[in-house]
Amino acid sequence: MRIPCPLCGARPLEEFVYRGDATVTRPEEGAPMEEWVSYVYLRNNPKGAHREHWRHVAGCGSWLIVDRNTLTHEITRVAEVRPSGDAR
Amino acid sequence: MRYSISSLVKQAFRGHSGWPEAFRHPEPAKHYDVVIVGGGGHGLATAYYLAKNHEITNVAVLERGWIGSGNVGRNTTIVRSNYLLNSEIPLLEWSLKLWEGLSEELNYNVMFSQRGVLDIFHTDGQRDEAVRRGNAMIVNGVDAVMLDRKQVLDMMPLVDENNGRYPVLGGLLQPRAGNARHDAVAWGYARAADRMGADIIQNCEVTGFCRGPNGEVTGVETNRGQISAGKVAVAVAGHTSQVMGMVGMKLPCESHTLQAFVSEAVKPCVNTVATFGVGHLYISQSDKGGLVFGGMVDGYNSYTQRGNLPIVEDVAEAMMMFMPALGRVRLLRHWAGVVDMTMDGSPFICKTPLENLYLNGGWNYTGFKAIPGAAWCFAHTVANGAPHKFNAPFHLDRFAEGRPVDATGGGPFPNHH
Repeated sequence: MRIPCPLCGARPLEEFVYRGDATVTRPEEGAPMEEWVSYVYLRNNPKGAHREHWRHVAGCGSWLIVDRNTLTHEITRVAEVRPSGDAR
Repeated sequence: MRYSISSLVKQAFRGHSGWPEAFRHPEPAKHYDVVIVGGGGHGLATAYYLAKNHEITNVAVLERGWIGSGNVGRNTTIVRSNYLLNSEIPLLEWSLKLWEGLSEELNYNVMFSQRGVLDIFHTDGQRDEAVRRGNAMIVNGVDAVMLDRKQVLDMMPLVDENNGRYPVLGGLLQPRAGNARHDAVAWGYARAADRMGADIIQNCEVTGFCRGPNGEVTGVETNRGQISAGKVAVAVAGHTSQVMGMVGMKLPCESHTLQAFVSEAVKPCVNTVATFGVGHLYISQSDKGGLVFGGMVDGYNSYTQRGNLPIVEDVAEAMMMFMPALGRVRLLRHWAGVVDMTMDGSPFICKTPLENLYLNGGWNYTGFKAIPGAAWCFAHTVANGAPHKFNAPFHLDRFAEGRPVDATGGGPFPNHH
């Protein structure tokens, strides 16, 4: 699997670290405990399209949002979490 | 037919033409007292223990493919109870005790071989961890022996004794641990459950759950029609999120790919199950001579049942550091299974919030060795509607309650366990 980093181009998997589901969002301060439990622990774990966080640790260090299929490993979209304006 | 030396001799004279089928292939009935979803090791063993321990014999095991086609046939067959936490050791030690009598109990040779599991350490810190874990085992009644450098090298002559960066300092041995023949475990439990009345129904995929007026589970929808059930027990590790998602349950679990490897057959050279304390590598030798080994999960959500190359490289590198003599041995096969990586690395064996629905899942590195013990406890939980003390820690609410069973201390990141 190669991930096309928006800043560096397509790079091998070994340069990246996986940080899990990108669709979970941090609850507001003071949110009920159930929302925090869901945020920290519960995942949809889909068989198919999955939006996830990767970090290009051995490259530019960017945090990326990757749309990847968990059944085929096909990557359809890669974007910076916070656009830097430097993307190719 | 009971398998014995006399049945073997009799069949030998008949050219082995008279062996009956090991289990029936029935059509699904309209109703069962318990429907088990998943015909892997855990599902088949649960059917057996429901019949044997709780006299519940009107049971069906529904398997989407064929029995033994999933993770029970894809693992590296290691059986051990050398764990750390007081919450996890009793379940795995009970499982090991059941393994010790399993071939006799099932009248089926699962080839359980107590050749020991040896965790080798290479730093002072790892030695401290091994002493701590060994003591935790001993206070829980598990056998644990500390070996010094010489004892390890005598036992494992192929381990590199001149590795300057990671010298062998010693090892933690569990002598009663070992390995078994994984296919035989599926077939043995299937045959034993069938003989006690359970229907094993292959090529039967569950597509949904039937619900009663109060939301309780009353049966399952399958590609072979609706089947009503007093209770439904799910044992589909690898796809637990998918099946539980059919009733809208979201779990603290991700599906990851875990690889395994086997080399060409070579003469006996590894007489235990050895783990390398640096990197992640474990190795044993099958009775056919193949070296069976593996490493960590690939590290990201995947349902592909095929592994990635960085892990192949990682395992090969670890092997060259650990046992460099094996560098010229050729790889015969390499494969992967889809495992449930949970948020604390531990399984779920519990009731669910839905009435009549029970869950045995969340298995990753521990699934195969736990089959007898976990299925025994799962059958107890299904029959009584309440857990046995051995599986009581493994409920779904442990995360919300702040009581995860996290031996590695990896935190809520499935790929850290």
